[in-house]
Parts: sequence; structure tokens; C-alpha cells
Amino acid sequence: MNLLVNLGAWTLVQLRGWGHAALFFLDMLRAVPASLRRFGLVVAQVYAIGNRSLVIIMASGLAVGFVLALQMYYALVIYGAAESLGLIVNLSLVRELGPVVSALLFAGRAGTSLTAEIGLMKAGEQIAAMELMAIDPKARVLAPRLIGGIVSMPLLAALFSAVGILGAWVVAVQLIGVDSGNFWAIMQSQVDVWRDVGNGLLKAAVFGVICTVVALYQGYEADATPEGVAHATTRTVVISSLWILGADFILTALMFSTP
Amino acid sequence: MNKRTLEALVGLFVLLGVAAMAFLALKAANLGSLGGGASYTVQARFDNIGGLKPRAAVRAAGVTVGRVKSIVLDGQTFQGLVTMDIDSEYKFPKDTAAKILTAGLLGDQYVGLEPGGDDNNLAAGDAIAQTQSAVVLENLIGQFITGRADSAGTTGAAPAAPASGPAK
Repeated sequence: MNLLVNLGAWTLVQLRGWGHAALFFLDMLRAVPASLRRFGLVVAQVYAIGNRSLVIIMASGLAVGFVLALQMYYALVIYGAAESLGLIVNLSLVRELGPVVSALLFAGRAGTSLTAEIGLMKAGEQIAAMELMAIDPKARVLAPRLIGGIVSMPLLAALFSAVGILGAWVVAVQLIGVDSGNFWAIMQSQVDVWRDVGNGLLKAAVFGVICTVVALYQGYEADATPEGVAHATTRTVVISSLWILGADFILTALMFSTP
Repeated sequence: MNKRTLEALVGLFVLLGVAAMAFLALKAANLGSLGGGASYTVQARFDNIGGLKPRAAVRAAGVTVGRVKSIVLDGQTFQGLVTMDIDSEYKFPKDTAAKILTAGLLGDQYVGLEPGGDDNNLAAGDAIAQTQSAVVLENLIGQFITGRADSAGTTGAAPAAPASGPAK
């Protein structure tokens, strides 16, 4: 009996949490048009979220491209297919690694700073002060950050993939000596713009929404104490990462299940 | 930081991202080789298309001259009807033959065109009469095995079975 009560209570708490998060998301979406009228706020957020993630995203993309090219080369050269290196690196980056790894980095780099910022604004009662002055904090604070995240994420993922492919080119063509013409030609003949590149960027946009909404929600709902903000920041990284990986599986199954 | 520098930096970021997307689409995918020049369509019916896929290359003498546009089953003849887009700058004689070939041992399949000697050229919408189907490995192995069995069973008889195989 006790078990039943606990289960029921747990389910209700979970459902309440989900409903709360969904309402929060809808409220934020409703505030988007109002925040677009003050475009300067959005621009400042694209800078804070996008520009300042550039270095980590591009450095990681380059490293992933280097390593992928090296590892794939060892396997492919056994079958005399070293020229397909470009294709394999391209497909793995554009379809999976580009969106997923840049989203994980994005959650760590931009998501945490959003949570900490909102959480501290709440702890410092800035959000309550705004409400007192009849300024909607969702339109003034949250919605510009949401737009900034959604705009930045596909751009960052595209940069990650592009830099990764260039890195693979450097390793494969310049260091190992794979033929440059074949490297690009096999890639171009097999990679489809809409199916591969387009779907990859669509994934990145979905991950952008997930990361930003999770980060903002955690910040907004954080306990207004130093420990509360610290916990919320940790939760942001854990929850967004799990969501990204789960959503990636579903999106991959939907997008690429037919060859 | 003043407003103009901030906006310039954001503009730079967006420009970089868009440039990366353009790079992915044009250099690292097939947008650059899509469309482009004008083309005309030619059809060919094959008994078996093997693993040919839409967007596979159409090559003459190894040079890519077009792409496979669509593959459907012809309901009347039960053959695979392959529609190809060929670049308008390339003209082929009317009696050109089409074969489905494989690049390398395990590579992609493509359509190979072998020009004939006719004075008239293929026009848009024409069908190629002479076709040769893809080689299906299972059939080939089957023929090999039955050929071996026949020659083993009838020692000294005329080796008729192996030769009749791939003549289609």
C-alpha cells in the first residue's frame, strides 16, 4: 500500500514538473514576438551565446576531424579504399557528430552560463524587481536568449562540421597523401544536400531549442541561493546532454532509417 | 563594448556560419554538381537494374555525362525503366548501347554508354534500344555451379550450359 502511495506521489510530481516546464516553454514562445521588437537584446544574446562559443566549437571540430581522418585511414587502407576517407568523415560529421558534439559543448559552454546568469538574477531579486515594474521578465530576459540559442546552434554545428572536414582534408591529403581530387569527388557524389546536410542542420536546430529551454528553465526555477544555482547549473548539463542524446536517436531513426 | 562593434561581431559570426553551410552544401555535398547546365532525358529498359540508384552517374568512356533521374518498373514489359538526364553538350548516336556497370569490384553501379555509329543523335525522350543488365552475383555463382555440375556429370559431353549464361 505504501509502495502504491509512493508510486502515485512520484508520478504526480513528475507530471507536475512536465506540465510546469511545458507551460514555461509556451509562455516563453508567446513572449518571442515582443522581444523581436527589441532586436538589440537578441543581437546581444547571439553574441553571448554564439560568438563566445566559437573558439571551443571550432577547436573541437578541428580535433575531431583530425582524429577521425587518422583512425578511418588505418581501417580503410586495408581495403584499398583510402579515398573514401572524405566521404566517411563528411557523413559522420554532418549527420551525427557535428550536431551532437557541438550541442553537448554548447550545453556545457552556453547552457551553464545561461542557467547561472538567470539563477543569479533570481537570487538577486532582479526578476522580481522587473515584475514589480510591470516588465515581463519572459519577454525581456528569457525570450531573447531563446532566440539567440536557436539562431546560434545550427550555425555552430555547420562550422563544427566544416572545420572538421577541412581538418580531415589536412590530415588525409597533406599528411598522409590521399589524392585530393578523389577525396572531394567521392564526397560530392555520395553526400546529398537535403538528406545529409539539411537534416544535420535541422537536428542542430532541435538541439538548440532543447539546450536553451533546459538551461533557461533550470535557471528560472533554481533555488535563490548559491547552492541552488550551483545545483541548477549541474542539472542543466546533465539534463540537456541526456535529452540531446535521446532526441538524436529519435531524429536519426526518423531521418536516416531509409538509405 | 559599444553597440556597433557588438553588431559587427554578431554579423561576422552569422557570416562565418552561413559560409560554413555554403561550404558544406557546395564543396562537401552534391549541390555544386546538381542542375547547372541544361540537360535532356533519355530512357532505357533493363531486364535487371541490380543495385542502380537514382542520382547514379551516367558515364561514357568513364567520363560522367549525366545522372540517373528515376527508376521505375515498366508494367507492360516488367523491365526496369531507367530515366537519365544527360548534359546537353554531349550528343550520342541513336544506336548507343547502355550497360549497367560497377565501379571497381564492390563500388557503385552506374550506367555506361557505348556510342554506336548512327548518323542521327539521340533526342530528348528517346529510348535506348540496346541494353545490358547489371551482373547479379548470385546468378553468376548459380551459373558457375550448375555449369560445374553439368560438366562433371556428363563427362565428354558438349559443354553447352556455361556459355548460354550471360548472353542477355
